Amino acid sequence: MNKTLSMSRRGFLTKTGYLTIAFSVPLGMSTELAYAEDALADAHGDLRSNPMLDAWIRVNADGTVNLMIGKVELGQGIVTAFAQVAAEHLDVNIERLDILSGDTFHAPDQGTTAGSNSMPAAYGALRVVASEVRAALLELAAEELGVSFDDLTVEDGTITGPNGEQTTYWDLVDGETLHRQATGHVPIKSHEAFRLIGQPVPRLDIPGMMNGETTFLHDLRPEGMLFGQVVRPPTYKARLLDVDTAAAEAMPGVMEVIRNGSFLGVVAERQDQALNAANALRQAADWEVESDLPRNENMKEWLLSQEAIVSKKKDEPRANGPEPTKVIEAEYYRPYHMHGSLGTSAAIATLDNEGVTTVQTHSQSVYPTARAIAGMLGVEDDKVHLQHVQGSGCYGHNMADDAAADAALLAQAVPGRPVFMQYTREDEHRWEPYGSAMVIKTRAGVDEDGNVLDWDFDVWSTPHGLRPGGNPARLLPAQYLDPPFDEIGIPQSSGGPPNYNTARNAIADYAFPGHVVTDHYIPKAPLRVSSTRGLGAYANIFAAESFMDELALDAGVDPVEYRLHHMEDQRARDCINAAAETFGWDSYEGGNNRGRGFAYARYKNYAAMSAVALEVEVNPRNGRIRVIRVVTASDAGEIVNPDGLKNQIEGGLIQMLSWTLKEEVRFDDTRVLSDDWASYPILTFNEVPQVENVLINRPGEPYLGAGETLVGQAGAAVANAVYDAVGVRMRDLPFTPSRVQDAIRG
Amino acid sequence: MGEKSVVAFRLNGEDVDLDVPSDSTLLYVLAYDANALGPKYGCGKSQCGSCTVLIDGDPVRSCDVRVSAASGRHVTTLAGLRETDGTPGPLQRAMIAEQAAQCGFCTSGAIMQAQALLDRNPNPTESEVRSALNEILCRCGTQNRIVRAVLRAAEEM
Ligand code: FES
Ligand code: FES
Repeated sequence: MNKTLSMSRRGFLTKTGYLTIAFSVPLGMSTELAYAEDALADAHGDLRSNPMLDAWIRVNADGTVNLMIGKVELGQGIVTAFAQVAAEHLDVNIERLDILSGDTFHAPDQGTTAGSNSMPAAYGALRVVASEVRAALLELAAEELGVSFDDLTVEDGTITGPNGEQTTYWDLVDGETLHRQATGHVPIKSHEAFRLIGQPVPRLDIPGMMNGETTFLHDLRPEGMLFGQVVRPPTYKARLLDVDTAAAEAMPGVMEVIRNGSFLGVVAERQDQALNAANALRQAADWEVESDLPRNENMKEWLLSQEAIVSKKKDEPRANGPEPTKVIEAEYYRPYHMHGSLGTSAAIATLDNEGVTTVQTHSQSVYPTARAIAGMLGVEDDKVHLQHVQGSGCYGHNMADDAAADAALLAQAVPGRPVFMQYTREDEHRWEPYGSAMVIKTRAGVDEDGNVLDWDFDVWSTPHGLRPGGNPARLLPAQYLDPPFDEIGIPQSSGGPPNYNTARNAIADYAFPGHVVTDHYIPKAPLRVSSTRGLGAYANIFAAESFMDELALDAGVDPVEYRLHHMEDQRARDCINAAAETFGWDSYEGGNNRGRGFAYARYKNYAAMSAVALEVEVNPRNGRIRVIRVVTASDAGEIVNPDGLKNQIEGGLIQMLSWTLKEEVRFDDTRVLSDDWASYPILTFNEVPQVENVLINRPGEPYLGAGETLVGQAGAAVANAVYDAVGVRMRDLPFTPSRVQDAIRG
Repeated sequence: MGEKSVVAFRLNGEDVDLDVPSDSTLLYVLAYDANALGPKYGCGKSQCGSCTVLIDGDPVRSCDVRVSAASGRHVTTLAGLRETDGTPGPLQRAMIAEQAAQCGFCTSGAIMQAQALLDRNPNPTESEVRSALNEILCRCGTQNRIVRAVLRAAEEM
């Protein structure tokens, strides 16, 4: 036990009923947090901004434990994984935890839950906090039982001394509170001793979901709840010239019609009434409309013809050596994609009589979005309170934040009454911030054996990350207010290492003698865009892993063999081999329009890695691709919850197969045309293949975060398998039947 | 919005009488007047299935019909599949056992649609399950787990 943690009862406060120790060691510089494990390095940020232990964990006299976290549940089991981590390091059963997540007034600010980095960073912070709380309690127990700290053992909060003497966490904290800073000096339980981490602990939220109990924001029914709708303009930049609100105001149940600049909304007593009134307002509104969109079918040319900010993301050309014997080139295209959350975004907002607007939201970024909403409303930050409640899966920055802002605006018109606002499907499809379209050109000089000497990779794209931050202009309704918030602040750079954004995974992990990656970043957004699963990674991996296949086949080498030949990293090799073996790559026999495809990548070059092997069947008559079976093999470091990890990996795979086979946001020069599931179809039950997921566990290695480990591999593996099946190379996404047919017909 | 009128139906075995506008959408009446927590709005036009409930045992997209469609009939939502003590029923238990959700937004519709299948065909094949669920969309990619859960429920029921 570290000496710095010695405490005395002197400092105890006895008013709040949980343990506070008025004892404080400043967290100070990162050098004080001299953790041995890399996994903890990321914890520093979250801990430094929230250093008090009781901001995270409160042990209660009634045998429960409050866990407060700033990260939120997005349908990936994140909250359950945090619970595993907390329970593991506290030595209590997971059922004792009462979890509050993403409450801007009551849970520690951990920024945004995104980018698959939620676990690595926050997991580290929680390990520190839970270990320190446990140690503090053991110190108390040692004193009370009159035994040495080192002789104590803990089982579900019951502390036992060497001669069987016992006390419990709950007895120790009776009438006490634990209010002290993390020190960073308490030893942390190591993986050999784990009992919960690494186990397939069932998700805490699933039973209620299945049983029809309150789970989602959409299930909340606060007393006196009203229903709001917003009338979106016909186009992005339309201006509201005139609207006669009389007819809508006279409709049954209508409480308020709200007009502010070009923002138009309605609050009514019932959902049907709000929808009907919004339709009436839509009819009555006169808009000035622009027509300046590039059209989806012209997007590739548009991207290649815009003025771009050019930067080298890797600039290691070969200095000398032989001329390549051959140069091979290719060009790939990814259209705009939707998040396409199954449930449209929603929020409930209430303005109370102290001027505080409280918003229940499924935003990924409650803390910065609360600030943006305060800015939009023109109030102090402490007048906006966001509370995270689960919503439909978001896969990035969808319209959750916009919904929170819309509901907050509508709520201002009916003080004291909660306003529920859920978008129509058409509004969600047409107004969500899409994943950017991209063009990638690849060029390789190869030697006489077909191995890569020079690899050139050029990426063209518009922005990928336009989360609200604290900026009101990035909330959709704020752009239409009078005066409008119009400084969206499109970044003038495409993002650098280690995460990048347009160039995420543009740098391949293969050892090429010459390797140059150039980013052509277009700081414009003809369609509204923001973070969508993997940002640039999907298209970059699709292109790189398709191109590797093209090079392998040109060299006459097996594509798995070819990848291994260019790959030095042992963990990557293990992944590739595991996928190939489990799939039965070497013994595969295709034929009859069936083929196999392979792809590998390590997300962001430093997060989890996944290889994919899959089989397709192509119907040459109608051009339909059927994915028959898929094997994934992934290494995400030390696994917290294997079942949760498999669920995430398979979910990502299937969504990426859907992008690959079907999805493209269509638009003409005025508006988005993909406004429902018929005009933007996604993969259905009959089309989802059999999937086998292999996990490579690395106990003691940092957890790597895996929500997006499998992105572009799915696209490339399908393209490669289609080539194997019918000999046509698909380079423009999506691989719709008509495109495949055209390719087959040549 | 039309005149108010009393709509009477049975919801999960209990009589409900509601004074609601007669042209109300069934989904909103179930969700906001009868306080049923299963069915969800996803598209409002019979494209996604997340609003699915059973009316006299048949799966119905409640977003796309008026409340009168339920009048005098038996409506079942997730709560109606529970055991009498309120714990999850067989299909719900199988969904929990397979951890057949990510965000879970499609769950209610998928369970109701699958229950209708199992009521008709207690021993479906895997491809019958997939076909029965083909009009239920899941954006999270949880389809295979849901199929396994339905097959598991069939085995255990
Ligand atoms: S909400 Fe009814 S089918 Fe989509
Ligand atoms: S689990 Fe999210 S939509 Fe199915």
